[in-house]
Amino acid sequence: MDLEIKELTTDILIIGGGTAGCFAALTLAEHSSCQVLIAEKANIKRSGCLAAGVNALNAYIVKGETPETYLDYVRNDSEGILREDLVYSLAQRLNSVTEKMESLGLVIQKDELGEYVARGRRNIKINGENIKPLLAAAVESQEQITVLNRVNIIDYLLKGNQVIGAYGFSLDKNVFYTLRAKAVICTTGGAAGLYRPNNPGFSHHKMWYSPFNTGAGYAMGIRAGAEMTTFEMRFVALRCKDTLAPTGTIAQGVGAPQVNGQGELYETNYGTPSTPIRMYSTAMENLQGRGPCYLATKGKSPAVEQDLYKAYLNMAPAQTLKWLESGKGPSQENVEIEGTEPYIVGGHTASGYWVDTQRATTLQGLYAAGDVAGGSPQKYVTGCFAEGEIAALAALDYIRNQTLLSVDLVDVQRKRDELQSFLNQSNASRYSIEDLEEAMQKVMDIYAGGISENYLVNTPKLNLAKEKINVLLKLSQSLKAEDLHELMLLYEVIDRLYVCLTLIEHLLARKETRWHCFQENADYPEKDDQHFLKYVNSRYQQGKVDILFRDLVTKDVNYEHRD
Amino acid sequence: MSIVINREQCTGCGKCLKVCPGNLIFKDEFGKSFIKYPKDCWGCTSCLKECAFGAIQFFLGADIGGQGGYMQTRKDKDLLHWSIHKAEGEPIEITINTKDPNQY
Repeated sequence: MDLEIKELTTDILIIGGGTAGCFAALTLAEHSSCQVLIAEKANIKRSGCLAAGVNALNAYIVKGETPETYLDYVRNDSEGILREDLVYSLAQRLNSVTEKMESLGLVIQKDELGEYVARGRRNIKINGENIKPLLAAAVESQEQITVLNRVNIIDYLLKGNQVIGAYGFSLDKNVFYTLRAKAVICTTGGAAGLYRPNNPGFSHHKMWYSPFNTGAGYAMGIRAGAEMTTFEMRFVALRCKDTLAPTGTIAQGVGAPQVNGQGELYETNYGTPSTPIRMYSTAMENLQGRGPCYLATKGKSPAVEQDLYKAYLNMAPAQTLKWLESGKGPSQENVEIEGTEPYIVGGHTASGYWVDTQRATTLQGLYAAGDVAGGSPQKYVTGCFAEGEIAALAALDYIRNQTLLSVDLVDVQRKRDELQSFLNQSNASRYSIEDLEEAMQKVMDIYAGGISENYLVNTPKLNLAKEKINVLLKLSQSLKAEDLHELMLLYEVIDRLYVCLTLIEHLLARKETRWHCFQENADYPEKDDQHFLKYVNSRYQQGKVDILFRDLVTKDVNYEHRD
Repeated sequence: MSIVINREQCTGCGKCLKVCPGNLIFKDEFGKSFIKYPKDCWGCTSCLKECAFGAIQFFLGADIGGQGGYMQTRKDKDLLHWSIHKAEGEPIEITINTKDPNQY
């Protein structure tokens, strides 16, 4: 199999046609006549986090609330480690992007006055089963947007410190792509599958986060020397046992509290409830022998049960199947809950590219939005839309003074040969792609605070994790891919190994415990504001991850990259 | 967690193959769809909703509580009909009007 080199050019290249990427493309079409190219690993109709749908919009400024109160909520939940400039600029756009989504056909519940019906202080009720097809149809109706489906992007095309495009390959035909652009927006999502998953056997991909989001955007940035932030703030989600379906619909939606195996309420025994505390309290109850833990739904009415069946069909159908197949719905039996494997996901926590207020990364010409962009937790779907919009407008401004730069054909040939060598591998190791994936997940689980360790890390174990991941990274160079699908899987493993290396260094650097479960260090079990009310950032240089600390950025600062 | 595609009902239209977010569905030598990597399925059910011929069934792995049942979907304009088949007994039908927002 020989890969043929093909070059495409555009004004703005968007890598990843998910939530943020599609919205960025629509923004560009609305504000300019520039040519936009979306490169998507699968097909934008159902790719990314929204494949099965979403049950509510969790970031909306409801009546009586303001962008300032949204910022207060995020600051509190993230224990002060957030980029206020990013959270605030995004919060100001939450309502306008929601209206835009409604104009594209999203069904939102309204009251008799035509106002959106709130679920709590920040949520509104929708029917989001078809949110991704709606976005995709809007994108495809724009002539200036070209969508390249089933093309897997593997690295940036660089000229010095400037990103001038990206390399990728087709999953259908033997084509190696060089995509050149005046600016690039990275919207590839976060990373799942770094750690041994909840269901390691047949259902290993039955995760909460998309198993197809494998940290490509992080890894490409790391390899290119981009500055990254807050990887140590992992996201561990509290979810329905086995199906890993979201719990908010039950907990906040129908008002079901958390109870332990003895039927006792436990959440408030562990401090003020927050996202990490809800998770931590459940992990601790299990550790102390009081599991399993549940959401107490028993006794809810049959009508509530029917609505729950429908709500889950609209976002996580496996949960409804589980209820009905077992013959025990939530009105008859409490819903068991568990913590997930740790994910790296900038839409929930703050891991990702270190960006300026306009969402420019530290690499010239590269912008980031959504789960791949750091500093701004609790974005959720609407926050990813807002960030896609901000990044798109900034990229548009940037390309006014840019021309398409040429590439060195020697570089292109070298990259193409790298791919070809994985397909032709004459010196293949005895290990398969799956072997290395499992080895990585085992190392991370045991030595970097996975489920089996109750999420706890310490310095000696993290040092072992680093050593072992480096061995796997070396082994990955002698993997063999039999076809294009396997070539994608191979790069997904390599990308996750780079993310793991960065994550381990970040966990080593934060010598305190800032967030229970997310970053809990047994050597430093207390929070240390004096030394660590700071961002832990990193740059990968000459084969190693260098850590740097940065001071907090406040709300009204227009942050620009200087050093 | 995975799906099964019924070869008799599959017409080879290829819509399921296009929409799978994991690129897991391929065509066999007769042009019929099959899932090449059943373990890698996320369970999003995008392929079921795409199939106009009811050829795809979604089931839970035994490791996450599957008991031999499965579910299917059928679209009728704004209505999405889900039928849940237990290993024994009559199937349960749930119809969702996609124009109705969730209650929770």
